[in-house]
Amino acid sequence: MITVENLTKRYGSTLAVDGISFEVHPREVVGFLGPNGAGKTTTMKMLTCFLRPDGGRATVGGFDVVDQSIEVRRHIGYLPENAPLYHEMEVRDYLLFMAKVREIAPADRKKRVKEMADICGLGPMMLKQIGELSKGYRQRVGLAQSMLHRPDILILDEPTSGLDPNQIVEIRNLIKEIGREKTVILSTHILPEVQATCSRVLIISNGRIAGQGTPEELAQMAVGEERFMVAIRGPRDTVQAALSRIDGCSGVQDQGIDPQAREFHQFKLFLKGGLNAGERIFQTVAQNGWTLSELRREVVSLEDIFKRLTRQTGTPEDRPS
Amino acid sequence: MKRILTIFEKEFSSYFNSPIAYVLLVVFLVFQGWWFFWFRPFFVFEAAEMREFFGILPFVFLFIIPAMSMRLWAEERRTGTIELLLTLPFRDHEVILGKFLASVAFLAVALVLSLPVYFVISYVGDPDPGPVIASYLAALLMGAAYLAIGLFASALTKNQIVAFIIALVISMGLYLVGYAAQVSGLLTETLSNVLSYAGLGVHYESMSRGVVDSRDIIYYLSVIGIFLFLNARVLAGRNLT
Repeated sequence: MITVENLTKRYGSTLAVDGISFEVHPREVVGFLGPNGAGKTTTMKMLTCFLRPDGGRATVGGFDVVDQSIEVRRHIGYLPENAPLYHEMEVRDYLLFMAKVREIAPADRKKRVKEMADICGLGPMMLKQIGELSKGYRQRVGLAQSMLHRPDILILDEPTSGLDPNQIVEIRNLIKEIGREKTVILSTHILPEVQATCSRVLIISNGRIAGQGTPEELAQMAVGEERFMVAIRGPRDTVQAALSRIDGCSGVQDQGIDPQAREFHQFKLFLKGGLNAGERIFQTVAQNGWTLSELRREVVSLEDIFKRLTRQTGTPEDRPS
Repeated sequence: MKRILTIFEKEFSSYFNSPIAYVLLVVFLVFQGWWFFWFRPFFVFEAAEMREFFGILPFVFLFIIPAMSMRLWAEERRTGTIELLLTLPFRDHEVILGKFLASVAFLAVALVLSLPVYFVISYVGDPDPGPVIASYLAALLMGAAYLAIGLFASALTKNQIVAFIIALVISMGLYLVGYAAQVSGLLTETLSNVLSYAGLGVHYESMSRGVVDSRDIIYYLSVIGIFLFLNARVLAGRNLT
């Protein structure tokens, strides 16, 4: 459905996209994951024919983005970053205008707009000026607009940014739903989003693909090492020694007395491998007859995972400066 | 053609969605009325004609027209809507023409709204409609050339004020060039002819006298063509983010 070969884009002297290649198959939901400025948006802008690539080529739906750009544009729906819209227009007028632009037959326009408004939950907002809407509703107008002409391919740049948690869940479900029939590319810098919606993930960093795989594979890579906080009642040195003997443990840090429960001692553990790491800690404590008042896996931030993944694929520029 | 019309309709109606349009119309009409009836007191003249009304237009347009055109691309670039607009299945020239024609139509509205001036004159005297019609057409044509310049300037920046200033500088340059030939005795005859042909106001003056010469029409159409073409080049560069 989408093929990208060696696509390159530079802004002045900075290389925004550095020869990336990938393919997207029909009915795949592919997520671009990466920090801001990694090249996700620029790649999308080239796929949607907004920016002209400086090198390489890309085809969307079998059409070349440079030579057959009008055909490409017909087959895609696009939600640019921050859902830019004409703020002075009413939602309904805007969607009707887009329906006209998308050459939907005049008789069907109202029906189609209504349909998309229902899907995107825009019902009560149809007669409001877009500028008066909250960020979440604007995002929905942007989504409705992108799907109005039933495109085969949807390109969504940070579709859930600025939404509240409920809306995020709704939009994610919507995207998943759409992904059953259509091909979707979306970008995000939120890891759970990728896990919730995408069938495949491309990690983009410094204009290059630093890694790719299914969300499960990604999670596996991410679970290379985990941090646990534990609070245990028992002889401090013996406990520390026992903890460091746990399978896959690469370090134990003494965190001192638990300020809330003074007879408990806190430790920070670095554990490798698998999802049962917590279980192993518990068993160690139980076997020694100690008491456990806290066992908490620290949330690994995207930053950590991202650094880890980019380090694995060896992009030297990714080392924190 | 249908696509040009789609863009045209949207742009034309969005003029009337913004307060700037109304401010512009009021400023234009009030200034023209003040100039014609009070500053150059029409009623003390013997002749029932609108020459004074049209005579000031090349100068007034220098300021009014860039304000009409400054929003057209700059606002799309500032808000990012240009990204959606230019990824629709439209050719760049269709979007450019749609926007340009919408601005010309808005100018036409402004000119039509100044018609009461003519009715006042016909009430007190007996003006010759020929030169008035010719002047209105000349004003529209000249205004369209200013608009093409303004549209091009608007595509260069995200900032409407900057767009306004660029348009003002370009059109003022072209306006003054036409008169440079008259003031400077240093120029050769050929050069002075070329310069006076290049002037934005000169052709308008001869047309509004009622002499419609194809050379004048060709001049304005070429200015329009050149700046719309340059506009297309700017969009084709597409580093507009």
